[in-house]
Amino acid sequence: MSDTHAQTVAFVRDTQLPPSPPPASEVGLVGWLRGNLFNGVWGTVLTLLSLYAIYAILASALPWLFNGVWTTKSLAECREVLDGVRGGCFSVLTERVHQLLYGFKYPASEYWRANLALVLLLVAALPVLIYTLPRKMLIITALYPFVAFWLIWGGTILTPLLALVGFVAGYFVFQKLSTSSFAAGFFGAVIAAILVWTIGGWLIPDNANANAMLRYVPSRDLGGFMLNMMLGVTCVSLSIPLGIVLALGRQSDMPIIKWICVVFIEFVRGVPLITLLFVASVMLAYFFPPNSTVDLFLRVVIMITMFSAAYIAEVIRGGLAALPRGQYEAADSLGLDYPQAMRLIILPQALKISIPGIVNVAVGLFKDTTLVSVISMFDLVGMIRGPILSAQEWNGVYWELLGFASLLFFVVCYGISQYSQWLERQLATDHR
Amino acid sequence: MADNQEEVKMKKTVLFGALTAAGLSAGAAAAGTLDDVKARGTLNCGVATGLVGFATPDANGEWQGFDVAVCRAVAAAVLGDATAVEFVPTTGKTRFTALASGEIDMLARNTTWTFSRDVDLKFTFVGVNYYDGQGFMVPKDLGVSSAKELDGATVCIQTGTTTELNLADFFRVNGISYEPVPIETNAEAQQQYLAGACDVYTTDASGLAATRAAFEAPGDHVLLPEIISKEPLGPLVRHGDNEWGDVVRWTLNALISAEELGITSTNISEMGAGTNNPEINRILGTEGTLGEMLGLDADWAMKAITAGGNYGEIFEKNIGESTPIGLARGLNAQWTDGGLLYSPPFR
Repeated sequence: MSDTHAQTVAFVRDTQLPPSPPPASEVGLVGWLRGNLFNGVWGTVLTLLSLYAIYAILASALPWLFNGVWTTKSLAECREVLDGVRGGCFSVLTERVHQLLYGFKYPASEYWRANLALVLLLVAALPVLIYTLPRKMLIITALYPFVAFWLIWGGTILTPLLALVGFVAGYFVFQKLSTSSFAAGFFGAVIAAILVWTIGGWLIPDNANANAMLRYVPSRDLGGFMLNMMLGVTCVSLSIPLGIVLALGRQSDMPIIKWICVVFIEFVRGVPLITLLFVASVMLAYFFPPNSTVDLFLRVVIMITMFSAAYIAEVIRGGLAALPRGQYEAADSLGLDYPQAMRLIILPQALKISIPGIVNVAVGLFKDTTLVSVISMFDLVGMIRGPILSAQEWNGVYWELLGFASLLFFVVCYGISQYSQWLERQLATDHR
Repeated sequence: MADNQEEVKMKKTVLFGALTAAGLSAGAAAAGTLDDVKARGTLNCGVATGLVGFATPDANGEWQGFDVAVCRAVAAAVLGDATAVEFVPTTGKTRFTALASGEIDMLARNTTWTFSRDVDLKFTFVGVNYYDGQGFMVPKDLGVSSAKELDGATVCIQTGTTTELNLADFFRVNGISYEPVPIETNAEAQQQYLAGACDVYTTDASGLAATRAAFEAPGDHVLLPEIISKEPLGPLVRHGDNEWGDVVRWTLNALISAEELGITSTNISEMGAGTNNPEINRILGTEGTLGEMLGLDADWAMKAITAGGNYGEIFEKNIGESTPIGLARGLNAQWTDGGLLYSPPFR
């Protein structure tokens, strides 16, 4: 401040007055309550009604939860212990938890394999889910399917190794040939992989599974929540790439490819999933002579993957359509060819737009895996509806079992949804 | 050479069946199920995915139940090992295709023997292991003692089943009215009935008994005496392989005859040494060549009965009055006790 007026003006305020505190009714708890819960007559009425509803739910649910019995051997014993008091019979969960998680035929001594596969899944998924991690970690992801296959099914290690070698051979052929033409590389890779698998298939002895390091577990013995997780993870991870291919194919200028994709998408979307599952379990058996059918798990994976790929293709097509025409032209003007333009310019943007839609399909797909219970596979719901509810000890326990199933599904689905929101925030680079 | 031709023919059938899709006779029409089972070393037996008392895996994953016992007996008769069974769980929708396509060798799954299933779907029912029938359950305080007093009652009934049609017939014949409450599954029925959404629940009597056993106060509900339909449940095999059908049929008959003749799992080893009763001797293989005629060992029936006991023992263990389900023998008693079980003679 200058000194010019220092003598002429008696007092000059050189700081602003501190703001006086707001009225007590506008701050703190009281203010928040007034603003949000008791804001006018209708607000008050609604608040009171909601409070009553919450009270009513908790008043009946909490005693049921806290009086629950965890250690009896049957529903009848539960009722004896409870003696008329309201309470859940959670003993069924403690007694059958392994069946709920792994199915009733997966050998108990091998549960660690499924657990290890789950832990490794988290490790393998990290580099895909969190793109800031070093890219070298993707090698773990690429190896994971083979390791998981070996862990869960067991048997000879030669089978997953052979599958891996086939993919590696295909990859190298692709590297060699794709410099001249993408199509040559692609088909060359497919042929190379099939060659490796066929020749290798002859070399693996028939009885290789008999005395393998890990005991062989046939697909029919898989079950419980493990089966839901396996179907969900496999089908989601297969259907996203397939969906991208279908979406691009549908936009292609080449009529045959375009129409194949259109027909596939429209046909699969027009059929209920449960129909496809029946085809997988029932009709396909007619196409093969007895004893030489394709594994039921594989058949179901193929059907669910086809189904969700068709939906994901449409979601991604929406993303592609939302990109301004200028982006395509910009890619062309830089002299990029089609694969480069797609990989570097179009798809990164289109996929980002499509994230909510893809996650929506993924969550729906994960829950749809419970439909396999209608074709007599014992997933979590199949275990509950079949073996557990038909046991003489547990016939009649519904809320506890289905509540447990909902809890497991909620945890996974909520996790997926939270991840997708995080990813959207991370990728939000655009128009704000 | 002959084998090759057989194979080619079979492949053609398979292809044709696949193309026509509806032709349930396709696929495994290849004869010689018995040889297949022996070569494989296990019996593929179709069972329910879970039905109280009839087929259910226990806490250790072992299949238990009344239908399961039939599978085990056949496996014991053919392979000499009651555990050499690969149980294939089937739902009401997948059971017939599983059998027709050859995925399973036999089906022992609460399947009612009807004309169209036998003739049109081309299966052979080898016998009846449980005579069921549609019954009614009411709360005791309704004060009803006969189904004919149910005029104007609300009835919980599973939609799309034969029980629905039987019910309509019964009420029409008796000139009384009812109001149906359609439900989808037994679980739903249980909840609706207990909540008082309907006065009466109707389904197969064995199912009613199992449902009632799960109630908190089973004594507050009664099963009415009327049985309004015939539901003969039994194991079945594919048409066209009579040798295999005979094996399953006579294994079931052996279990039934064993009860009639007093052969039990406890005294069988004693009787196997030879008795004064020639029929027992023929069944247990100490006299005659019945096993050879079936293409099995002489002691086939002995192994089958040892697997789980005779018919009566299997019944008592799984669904009888000592179990929570508590079914009385009723129609399923031996003919000598006024029931319908009547095995043809072993001669």
